[in-house]
Amino acid sequence: MTDALTVVIGAGHNGLVAAAYLARAGRRVLVLEAADHVGGAAVTREFAPRFRVSSVAHLTHLLDPSIIRELDLTRHGLAFAREELKSVVLNPTGEALVLDGAEIVSGPVSAADRASYAEFSARLRRLATVLGRQHGRVPPRLGWSHWREALPAAALGLDLRRLGRDDLREFLRIVTMPVYDLVEESFESPLLKGAVALDAVLGTRLGARSGNTVFSYLHRLSGAAYGRRGPALPRGGVGSVTDSLAAAARIAGASIRLSSPVEAILVEQGRVAGVRLAGGERIEARAVVSSADPKTTLLRLLGARHLEAEFAQRVHHLRATGTAAKLHLALAGLPRFTGVPAEWLGERLLLAPSATYVDQAFDHAKYRRCSDAPALEITIPTVHDATLAPDGQHVLSAIVQYAPHDVDGGWDAARGPFLERVLALLEAHAPGLRAQLLAAQLLTPADLEREFRMHGGHWHHAELTIDQALMLRPVPGAAQYAAPVAGLYLCGAGSHPGGGVIGAAGRNAARVVAEDDP
Amino acid sequence: MSSSRGHYTQVVHTTPFHSRTARANVLNVWHRWRDHTVADAYFDVSLEYTALRNACAVFDISPMTKHRISGPDALEYLNRLVTRDVARIRPGRVGYCVWCDDRGQVIDDGTLFHVEPGVYRLCSQERQLDWLSRSALGFDVAIREETEEVAALALQGPTSCAVLRALGLSGVESLVPFAMRSYAFAGGELLVSRTGFTGDLGYELWTGNAQAEALWDALFEAGRLHGIRPMGTHALEMARIEAGFIQAGVDFLPADRAVRTDRTRSPFELDLAWLVDFAKPNFTGRRALLEEERRGPRFRLVRLDVEGNKPAKDAYVYDDRRNVIGAVTSALWSPMAKASIALASVRMPWGRPTDELWAEIYYQKELKWSRLNARCRVVTGPFYAPERRRQTPPADF
Repeated sequence: MTDALTVVIGAGHNGLVAAAYLARAGRRVLVLEAADHVGGAAVTREFAPRFRVSSVAHLTHLLDPSIIRELDLTRHGLAFAREELKSVVLNPTGEALVLDGAEIVSGPVSAADRASYAEFSARLRRLATVLGRQHGRVPPRLGWSHWREALPAAALGLDLRRLGRDDLREFLRIVTMPVYDLVEESFESPLLKGAVALDAVLGTRLGARSGNTVFSYLHRLSGAAYGRRGPALPRGGVGSVTDSLAAAARIAGASIRLSSPVEAILVEQGRVAGVRLAGGERIEARAVVSSADPKTTLLRLLGARHLEAEFAQRVHHLRATGTAAKLHLALAGLPRFTGVPAEWLGERLLLAPSATYVDQAFDHAKYRRCSDAPALEITIPTVHDATLAPDGQHVLSAIVQYAPHDVDGGWDAARGPFLERVLALLEAHAPGLRAQLLAAQLLTPADLEREFRMHGGHWHHAELTIDQALMLRPVPGAAQYAAPVAGLYLCGAGSHPGGGVIGAAGRNAARVVAEDDP
Repeated sequence: MSSSRGHYTQVVHTTPFHSRTARANVLNVWHRWRDHTVADAYFDVSLEYTALRNACAVFDISPMTKHRISGPDALEYLNRLVTRDVARIRPGRVGYCVWCDDRGQVIDDGTLFHVEPGVYRLCSQERQLDWLSRSALGFDVAIREETEEVAALALQGPTSCAVLRALGLSGVESLVPFAMRSYAFAGGELLVSRTGFTGDLGYELWTGNAQAEALWDALFEAGRLHGIRPMGTHALEMARIEAGFIQAGVDFLPADRAVRTDRTRSPFELDLAWLVDFAKPNFTGRRALLEEERRGPRFRLVRLDVEGNKPAKDAYVYDDRRNVIGAVTSALWSPMAKASIALASVRMPWGRPTDELWAEIYYQKELKWSRLNARCRVVTGPFYAPERRRQTPPADF
């Protein structure tokens, strides 16, 4: 049995991390990837002739440094074109607001806001650090029969306790709050409120006034646990993260088969026996570790019939509907954004002039419509990384909130008008941009679902809220990576600690697999 | 039964036999069973019971919840739903089964009729459409509640077979327990199954609403010389306790209704281990039940022979050191066993055949309450199990 194969489904960052660690632990590992390239949703692709871009995630802010170190990713080609990016909040009426970690670099904010923001950032980073510390841990079980099983819960409790009374009280007070209420009580400047609100909702199906958005903001900040002030721009796009992971996995002995979509996880006598590929090929395995999202893995590839009824229902009810679209523009030159000095164009540009703006953008999505005035996170990676476009030309990459997966009338009809609306919005903030436009690509959640095989086109595989976090992620009964069917494991963003190109789910899952079946 | 339209103006319905049961119910005592009016007693509970055990009695089971389950995945679906192996219930056969939640706690019990290949009818005490529908995720299966579409009578007792033969149902005597056969009747279909809730020889008769009154009339005509009587819920209750059958909501709390986790019971805790088939690779509750098998159950269902003649209704059960270890869920003075008998749920490890248990019985004589501590003996098997319940063909009367 010891030489039997361990199959990893999906060569995204989590699948590759799991494969690399399992191979290093001495197992025979085969990664099966549906696409003809590695990367999953952490990939750099050509979207127009000679223009390349990070197709889904376009920054890394949570990538686990212990993975970079342990898998020696730097040696395998991982490099950052720029780290700790600043945030530049576009101002429709004047000078942009520039944030650098906890500091306000410049912009139209009061002295009171400067002081508040410093205090706010410091406190939230302390709270987020508690979350960040959990990334590398298998979430605790809520019931335990042996004291050893109580240790993970005790560790979480201790981390919270070590915050001290004031921080813990604040943590409990704000963690389920809407980010809107928190920024309202903290700041005066609409730009500052908008920036925090957008960071809280990026990639989610939540508005600024939705509950749990302070939690999603803390998740975004949880890279603070690694001492980071801001997100990073990998050289060559986010695909270089997965390229380096693939190299690390191969060096460790894992095989990666491309263009091999798994059609079914095979079960014999109640335990996983292997997988069947589209086309019918069967591959036997002692364990199957899936980085696909939980609904795809458990309900489509495995099938509810192999699960017990209530567990299957929990998976069925997992909230995983995407509302974030991705916009890629090929530009003949560097655009000029009103109120943004040229030196800041390579930073993270936020189009979120107020928290109300962000929340109103969400209102449409609630009723299956695209935002009239969407909020955007924009990067122009070519400012730091010339490898992505021809000389002197540029790539603009933006996350567009909100574009509901299940848009009324379907995306065939909605795509054109929505793209036009986003371009008009960009033109308003960057006059002349349309004249520079060489090509545009809009990836809707429906495209993301189809191209990256993510159920509902959700970036994080499952909504990142407290009811779907930690020992509840994706659902109770599978939160410690092992699925209820022996030999099946989850290792994707749908598992703890969630989305954001962290890699920790893959690493944690590999540990559980190795412990279950050494 | 009346249609579901206007259900908000009429919340209690009559059964398709109501014109007949109302005429037979000289006591005019009624009971609400799943929102249908059924007779508690017709003329005399003791005589109705006596008819059941010595001749035959008719009980209107129309309000019993009935579901039709069909489709390509029906067998696989049912095998995931219930704890036993449904593949072994062949077409034309009936199986008793229980189904559990993910925690291995019993939601309900019922009888599963393999009506025709791949088509099943599941009868249960509680309404189950919600659970059945939720369990259907990922299965190509059609589930329809057909409670209102089927009129049904239980005909139970030693002369029941003779009555059916007199009715002209040829070959009915060859039906073995848990078998069924379909007959043409009054322009419709009459399905006869050798099943029941009395532990006696008996049958259940299933037909369309349009045939209901004709069936009742024909049965009583055919049974005139075989001592046929109508029977209400009180007499049936006596029979089912004698047979040792459990009832949802009485002897166990349906798991989907429980608020407190220690109030539910697993199949093991209801003496239904024989219904749990771990050879099946998956069914709802399997993981929890495997764990329970390893750890041991918390409770045991016991059948008690209680000293004396006072029914131990609702009695606490004590061990020999006067600690409360459980409670009686069903009890009566059994005319057939000539004993005070009880079903009780006790904490493990009590309930072994050698355990000395006591029931604390409160009873009233002329408005004066008295208390009695009665010694209990743990009985294995049913209190009353006449040979004729299994005998095929049954003796002729």
